[in-house]
Amino acid sequence: MRRIMREPLGAIGLTLVAVVVLSAVFASILTGYTPSKISPAERFASPSLLHLLGTDHLGRDLFTRVLYGGRVALLIALGSTAVSLLVGVVLGLIAGYGPRWLDNVLLLVFDAVKSFPTVMLALTLVTLFGPSLYAVVVVVMLVNVPGYARIIRTQTLVLKSAEHVMAARSMGASAGRILRVHILPNIIGPILILVSMDIPVVVAIEAGMSFLGLGVRPPTPSWGAILNDGFANIRDSYWIVIAGGLPIVLTTLGFTFFGETLRDLFDPRLKGRT
Amino acid sequence: MIRYALKRLWLGAIIISFALMMMFAMVYLIPGDPASVALGPRATPEMKEALRERMGLDQPVWRQFTNFYGSALRGDLGTEVLSNRPVLDVVMEQLPFTLALIVGGITWSVALGIPLGCIAAVRRGGFVDQVIGVLSVAMIAVPSFVIAIYSLLVFAVALQWLPAIGAGEPGNIASQLQHLILPSLAVGLGWIGYISRMVRASMLETLEASHIRTARAFGLPEHRIIYTYALRIAVLPTITLLGVGIGHMLSSSVFAEIVFARPGIGKLVYEAISVRNYPIVSGAVLVTTVFFVLVNVAADIVVGLLDPRVRSSFS
Repeated sequence: MRRIMREPLGAIGLTLVAVVVLSAVFASILTGYTPSKISPAERFASPSLLHLLGTDHLGRDLFTRVLYGGRVALLIALGSTAVSLLVGVVLGLIAGYGPRWLDNVLLLVFDAVKSFPTVMLALTLVTLFGPSLYAVVVVVMLVNVPGYARIIRTQTLVLKSAEHVMAARSMGASAGRILRVHILPNIIGPILILVSMDIPVVVAIEAGMSFLGLGVRPPTPSWGAILNDGFANIRDSYWIVIAGGLPIVLTTLGFTFFGETLRDLFDPRLKGRT
Repeated sequence: MIRYALKRLWLGAIIISFALMMMFAMVYLIPGDPASVALGPRATPEMKEALRERMGLDQPVWRQFTNFYGSALRGDLGTEVLSNRPVLDVVMEQLPFTLALIVGGITWSVALGIPLGCIAAVRRGGFVDQVIGVLSVAMIAVPSFVIAIYSLLVFAVALQWLPAIGAGEPGNIASQLQHLILPSLAVGLGWIGYISRMVRASMLETLEASHIRTARAFGLPEHRIIYTYALRIAVLPTITLLGVGIGHMLSSSVFAEIVFARPGIGKLVYEAISVRNYPIVSGAVLVTTVFFVLVNVAADIVVGLLDPRVRSSFS
C-alpha cells in the first residue's frame, strides 16, 4: 500500500477509488434525499447548497442519484467481473488440462465470441431478452471470459508438465485435486491484477448500456441513465450531464491509474498486455 | 503463410455463420408472431396469414433455417416490412456515414497519437514524457460516449464553434467535414492514447537499434535521425494496431451517432430496436459483424506478413 502511494499516479488512483467506494457505501449518510423521490416543484433546479448537483427533469436530487448510482455501478462491476473470472477460470482449466479436441473447440468458441463487436452483441442480446441488469452481466461475461480463459489455459499448459504436477499425478492425485491444489494457486495471482484492470471497462459497459436504455431499468439510479436524462435536456440544463458523466470519468480514471500502478509494481511482465 | 491466411479465413467464415445462426435465432425466438408484430394490432387474420406465407413462416423450422442461410449467402437479407425495401439496401445506405466516422477517428488518432508517442520517446523519463503518459492512459480509460456528450456540451452547446447534430448538407464537403470533427474525435480519442503508447514503446526499441547507432556515429543531426530513420520503423506496429482499432471504433460510433444525431449503422440499429423492426436489426448486426470479421482477418494477415513469429504461434 505504501508503495502505491509513493507513485503519484497510484496515489491519485487510490484516492479516487477510495472516494468512489466510500461515497457509494455511505450514500445514505451523505445525503438526506431518497434517489427516486420525485418532486415536480423542484424540476431542473440548478446546483445550489440545497441540491449540490442540481435536480433532473423529475425534480430528483442528482447528488443523491449519483451516490446511489455508484452502488449500482460498483456492485454490477464487482459481481459481473467475479462471475466472468469464475467462468473464465473453469473454462481455461478445462481447455488447458482436458483432452486436446476439447481444447480446440473451446479455443474456437473463445475466438468466435471475441470477434463480435461489443455494442452489436449488446444490442442483439437486448433485442432478444429485453433490457435488464442481467443483460449487462451477460454482455460483460461475453466480453471478458474469452480473454481470462485464454490466459488461464496458457498458464495451465505450462504448469501441466511442471515437476510438482507430475509428482502429484504419479502419486495418483485426481485431476480435480491437481487443478485445485497444484495449478490454480500458481496462476491466480497475475490474473487477479488483469481482472482489476478490467473494472473500469465494466463500469463503462454498464453506464453505456444504461445510457442507451438497454441496461438497468428506471427508476434505479445509474450514471448512464442520468447521462441519458441530461442528454435530452442538454441545451437548458447542462448540470445533469455533468452530474452523470463526472462520476464515470473519475471512476474509470481512478481504477485505471490504480491498476496500472499495481501492475507495474507487482508484475512488470504484464506490461505489454493492454 | 498461405496456410496461416487460410486458417484465419476459415475462422472468419465460422464466426460469420455463427452470427447468421444468432440472427436466425433472434427472429425465431422473439416472443410473438413476427407477422402480427409487423402488421400491428388492427390486421385481419387473412392479412397475417398472407404475410406469414410471404415470410416463409408457414414452413417447418429446418426449412426456414436453410432458406434463411441460402438467401443470406446470396446477399438477400429479406425485405423490410414497413417500406417494402430490401434490408441490405437500407443497411448499405447507412454504411458510408459510419465508415466516414471511423476514417475520421483514425485520422484523429494517427495525427495526434504518433507525434505524442514520438515526443514522449525523445524526452524519455522527463516531465513531458510523464504528462503524455498520464494523458494517454486517461484517453484510453474514459468511455467514448462520455467524451461525445461532453464535447457536444462544450464545443457545440456552450461555445457554439461546431454544429451539434446531423451529418451536414449532402454534397457540401466543407459542411460534412465540419459535422465530422466532434463525433470522430469522440470515436478516435481512446486510440490517440493507444497509438501514442505504442509508438513510444517501439520508438524506444528502435532508438537502440544498430542502424541508429551508426547514424549517430556518422554525426547526423539528431532530428534527422529521429524523424527520418527511427520514426519510419517505429510506426509500423500502429498499422496492425489500427486493425483492432477499427472494430472498437465501430462500437464507439454507435454512441457518437446517437449523441450527434448522425445517420449511420449504429443509429439505424438503435432506432430499429425501439420500434421492433427486427429484420433491420438482424441485417445491420450481420453486416457490421461481417465487416468487423473481414477487417480483423485482414489485419491478422498483415501482421503475419510483417512478423513471421505470429504465424508460427497460431498453428
